[in-house]
Amino acid sequence: MIDWDKWQEIFSSIRRHKMRTILTALGVFWGIFMLVILLGAGKGLQNGVEHEFRDDAINSVWVRRGTTSMPYKGLPKGRRVLFNNDNYDYLDDFEEIDALTGRYYLSGGNQMVKYGEKSLSFPTVGVHPGHQVVENSIITEGRYINERDIKEIRKVVVIGLPVRRELFGEKNAIGEMVTVGGIAYTVIGIYRDTGGEEEMRMIYIPMSTAQKVYAGTENVHQIMFTVGDLSVEETNELTEEVRNDLARQLQFDPKDRRAVYIYNQAENYQELMDLFTAIRFFVWFVGLGSIIAGVIGVSNIMLIVVKDRTKEIGIRKALGATPYSIVSMILQEAVFITALAGYLGLIAGIGVIYLIRELEVDYFRNPEVNLSVAVAATIVLVLAGALAGLMPALQAARINPVVAMKSD
Amino acid sequence: MIQLNNIRKSYETAYTALEVLKGIDLTIETGEFAAIMGSSGSGKSTLLNIMGILDDYSVGEYFLAGTLIKDLSQTQAAYYRNQMIGFVFQSFNLLSFKSAWENVALPLYYQKVDRKKRKDLAMAYLDKVGLKDWADHLPNQLSGGQQQRVAIARSLITQPKVLLADEPTGALDTTTSYEVMKIFKEVNEQGITVILVTHENDIAAKCKRVIRLKDGLIEGNAIAASVS
Repeated sequence: MIDWDKWQEIFSSIRRHKMRTILTALGVFWGIFMLVILLGAGKGLQNGVEHEFRDDAINSVWVRRGTTSMPYKGLPKGRRVLFNNDNYDYLDDFEEIDALTGRYYLSGGNQMVKYGEKSLSFPTVGVHPGHQVVENSIITEGRYINERDIKEIRKVVVIGLPVRRELFGEKNAIGEMVTVGGIAYTVIGIYRDTGGEEEMRMIYIPMSTAQKVYAGTENVHQIMFTVGDLSVEETNELTEEVRNDLARQLQFDPKDRRAVYIYNQAENYQELMDLFTAIRFFVWFVGLGSIIAGVIGVSNIMLIVVKDRTKEIGIRKALGATPYSIVSMILQEAVFITALAGYLGLIAGIGVIYLIRELEVDYFRNPEVNLSVAVAATIVLVLAGALAGLMPALQAARINPVVAMKSD
Repeated sequence: MIQLNNIRKSYETAYTALEVLKGIDLTIETGEFAAIMGSSGSGKSTLLNIMGILDDYSVGEYFLAGTLIKDLSQTQAAYYRNQMIGFVFQSFNLLSFKSAWENVALPLYYQKVDRKKRKDLAMAYLDKVGLKDWADHLPNQLSGGQQQRVAIARSLITQPKVLLADEPTGALDTTTSYEVMKIFKEVNEQGITVILVTHENDIAAKCKRVIRLKDGLIEGNAIAASVS
């Protein structure tokens, strides 16, 4: 049974004491509001970074060529380092390496790709089958480049979704002939990549085809591989070994960090994960701080409210109010105000989070709020307010009405 | 209506016990109009508070309408105050954030009377003290005399057996004081027992009986020679 009469009494008290009400409400509102924003922002940051890494396998290692910056065994510095098929084959023997691929960029970057009347320009790269794993490419139609394509130097091509759309529209693409830089290829597969439109414009052909048909070399521009479930430390050991071996094979000083650039995605990912742990800790630390500040604020206000109402309590008691009715009046009012303020803080915080959601910012996406945490925080604040009000309210209800009425 | 047998009241501090009432024997019949007089510190307010169950006593017995009022729980005390006693105070003690009629209606709230009926009754009692047109005014929009009349209306709305007034005219000028006393007289004529504390002789003279207190004891019970 809802005691409407009591609520009416409470509402009229709230209406007539706007300042007191606002002060009580503000602490709770702000505490919950900030907590929600904080939790949401932390989560958004985490989601954003994880999204940025979705593009490539997080256990991948990228080996890029550079220019020697140290003389080595009589050879001058400033030499360009070139990888070749031997380096690739050598790495292929590593047990720790899961998927391995080279990359050969066709000269001039982009190639003219023709299909029927259409002629468009796309970046074209020669790759090994392992490239699919390293790049996290997903085949939507047909298949990816395989070992037989490499061995038989087949003229086959795997294209991304946007390329397929632009060249073929709604028509079937698999098995169709296109020309890439004037040479005819068969489309064998369509892929999609979480890296975005730009990344899906890449056209992949077998490594052997790229090397033989266009340039007649054994050069490889870049080597990438994944390391399975090696730890960051183990991966670092492996990359050092790779660097030393490449140095021996390609005649450069192993201490020369510019001859070959080795980029360890796992290391960076791990660093970010560590950063997240720190951020999460920080968010909780600040969040708890704001909750504690809110609890103290509400408790203080409740003490003041009860003191402020001592005379009123005395009068009410003289007119026949029981201690129970006094305590319940004060607590019900406090709980009502704090619960409403907490709820509004929750709504406002989530509203702001939703506004931020619309922003397109790197490393920040889909901020979310763990609603149960936010609601629990609100309940904690409301209970704290009630508890803080309970002691002085009990005291005030026990006080002799004659004494209470004299206070001002 | 009221019977006090050897009422003693002392306030105990850490070092001393200060005895304010030193054995009061007093009977006040239904329908009396009595004034309790005495200098400050004589214990007159304490006596009134005990009669009003706002304060307890150390020794003795107090019967209010035949009921022994002793060692009551706070809840019981609240019930008797609400059912049997009306209070009027020197400083009016109206709730500043409530309008005149809401103040008058407040005791009925603690009797669980519904809001509509509370308002109707409050308006009727405000009419009796001539303030019907001021029903929606806040206390600070009323003069002292008006505020005290609102307080009297509030004390009467529960139809108490006893009306207790602690220096009801203490904060009012003479003209207003007499107006207030006139209302008390009318209330008394309707059969309600009225007991007031005052230190003003002209106010006490308007009562039918004067009880004089000195140093916690009753000096002399005199029935006023003439009723003005």
